[in-house]
Amino acid sequence: MTSIELAGYDVVYRRPEALVNTTTHYCPGCTHGLIHRLIAEVIDELGIGDRSILVAPVGCAVFAYNYFNVDGCEAPHGRAPAMATGLKRSQPDKIVFTYQGDGDLAAIGTNEIIHAAGRGENLTVIFVNNATYGMTGGQMAPTTLSGQVTTSSPYGRDVELVGAPMRVSELISTIPGATYVVRRSVHNVANINKTKAAIKTAFQVQMQGLGLSLVEVLSTCPTNWHMTPANALQWIEDAMIPVFPLGDYRIADAVVPLTKRTRGGQ
Amino acid sequence: MAKELWKGNEAIAEAALRAGVEAYFGYPITPQTELLEYMAREMPKYPGRVFLQAESELAAVNMVYGAACGGVRTMSSSSSPGISLMSEGLSYIAGTELPAVLVDIMRGGPGLGNIQPSQSDYFQMTKSLGHGDYHALVLAPSTVQEAVDLTYESFELAEKYRTVVVILADGAIGQMMEPVELPPWRETLTEAQRPDWALRGAKGRPHRTLTSLNLTPEGLEQTNLRLQARLATVQRNEVRWEEEMTEDAELLLVAFGTMGRICKTALRAARRKGQKVGLLRPISLWPFPEQRLYELAGKTQHILVVEMNAGQMLLDVQAAVQGRAPIDFYGRMGGMIPLPDEINEQIDRLMAPPISQPELNQSGNGYHRHAAAAAVASRA
Ligand SMILES: Cc1ncc(C[n+]2csc(CCOP(=O)(O)OP(=O)(O)O)c2C)c(N)n1
Ligand code: SF4
Ligand SMILES: [Mg+2]
Repeated sequence: MTSIELAGYDVVYRRPEALVNTTTHYCPGCTHGLIHRLIAEVIDELGIGDRSILVAPVGCAVFAYNYFNVDGCEAPHGRAPAMATGLKRSQPDKIVFTYQGDGDLAAIGTNEIIHAAGRGENLTVIFVNNATYGMTGGQMAPTTLSGQVTTSSPYGRDVELVGAPMRVSELISTIPGATYVVRRSVHNVANINKTKAAIKTAFQVQMQGLGLSLVEVLSTCPTNWHMTPANALQWIEDAMIPVFPLGDYRIADAVVPLTKRTRGGQ
Repeated sequence: MAKELWKGNEAIAEAALRAGVEAYFGYPITPQTELLEYMAREMPKYPGRVFLQAESELAAVNMVYGAACGGVRTMSSSSSPGISLMSEGLSYIAGTELPAVLVDIMRGGPGLGNIQPSQSDYFQMTKSLGHGDYHALVLAPSTVQEAVDLTYESFELAEKYRTVVVILADGAIGQMMEPVELPPWRETLTEAQRPDWALRGAKGRPHRTLTSLNLTPEGLEQTNLRLQARLATVQRNEVRWEEEMTEDAELLLVAFGTMGRICKTALRAARRKGQKVGLLRPISLWPFPEQRLYELAGKTQHILVVEMNAGQMLLDVQAAVQGRAPIDFYGRMGGMIPLPDEINEQIDRLMAPPISQPELNQSGNGYHRHAAAAAVASRA
């Protein structure tokens, strides 16, 4: 690794402390890495790197623990909220967060996320919705759009047969224990900034012991969508956002002051 | 300390508390539920300890997995159908080389079966607790006192070998009341006593990772070799059994848990009649006391395995005996418990000269077969 003498320069961009200096396994144009960076920046800004514990999912982010300079483990497919519950309940002074895909959280792991929310676990959940099972090669997910062609819906998702795409934020927002539930996207700079602010609030909710916080992030899978990275970003805007509207789905009264402060800080 | 009358499930829970368990996660299922209820009542009395009723056994085992990642003394308990649901998580715990304690109060199966005592999870516990090459250390008590003692010890064993330790009992032991002497209270771990792999936040040290994932075959082979080496140590150090009157035994009973103690009654009745009967009661089912059984098989005329199942431990007995003595099996299923009279009937049949020739015998209520027939059945 070559080090560069920074004296005399204005540093405008650097790797967050919470991010490991290593190469990525994510595909070119995949926004998983970008979301990692936002989380790392937030961990740095909140100064919680030495007391955070990550629970990685089964999915493309299975190796997330390789990228964060925080303690980490890896849950069975969908069980991250249960594992995180075990960690947080036995170490309440730690900041425990899960990072889960849509197959992980919205298919095999629905029971665990709903009940973690139901109990109001003090956990932060980063939910990455890319409308497909990335890791296993692009099969249909509960979030796959109507008509979307995947390897297991080769004629397009037929909502008559398999139902409409599942809207997780809307669902979780009905559970009182989930006090901060928002949907964001990372398809352009403005939305990336909003996503970061939401992630920061989500961690602050946990730091104040206010309940379960969940940030759903619309994310690209150029590889399995068979698109260029640029087209994939455009597809989020054109196809995904109309089905998964961005917005705040639940901000409990106790959380409201946090959102104001975070916005002010941006 | 004076003996007190304790119900099996509650005594196990109390023993775990005294052993310093810090986090319990479980889900109600008969005939185990009093264990969970006891934890619900008692855990909140001790600051820093955690009780949580999970939404399923699937969640419970993964809560245990999470707590175990933090180097916390943790456990769950369930009964047969719940254990089936836990398989995936137990395999992850084994693959991550973490300590945890699991109590299985077995009931009749398969399927929803019933809530009567059974020993039909023997295969599941000793051979197929989850996917991949691993074993849990499986300990089978035959009295409430022994359940207490083994539970108390199980946490240290789990930590020493970084493995899952299973207390395998059945509904009879879970539900019955017996006089028990409880062990002394042990302190819970201090921060400094936490293991050096535990996830406690990367304060002043490099970050740690706990995972069962290793995508390179060379890497995963190394994990497996390490696991196997540790299991070999367990096999060397932790074989446990009890023997009664094996010295001059012409017929050796082999039975575990509840069945082991019922066999003792049959043994005494047989001895009163002048029949030279002995008993080997395996306490550790994995590792199995195969060496001792091999030795005893060379000194006895006949072996009778008695189980509350269709003959599961029987396979381990056959493997250990290596043909040195003929083996018969008597068992009952579905929550039926072989009574001493039934066992004595089998003893009489086998010890009556001349010893009956190998054949599938279908008389009586129980399910019994000769080793030759059993061998065929196991190959089918
Ligand atoms: C019990 C179990 N079932 C299935 C799998 C296979 N599997 C691995 S990743 C995955 C889907 C992951 O999709 P998602 O959660 O959307 O994450 P992404 O890769 O899209 O980020 C599946 C089905 C598994 N590892 N474990
Ligand atoms: S398969 Fe899709 S989600 Fe997975 S790394 Fe590649 S682009 Fe990202
Ligand atoms: Mg996905």
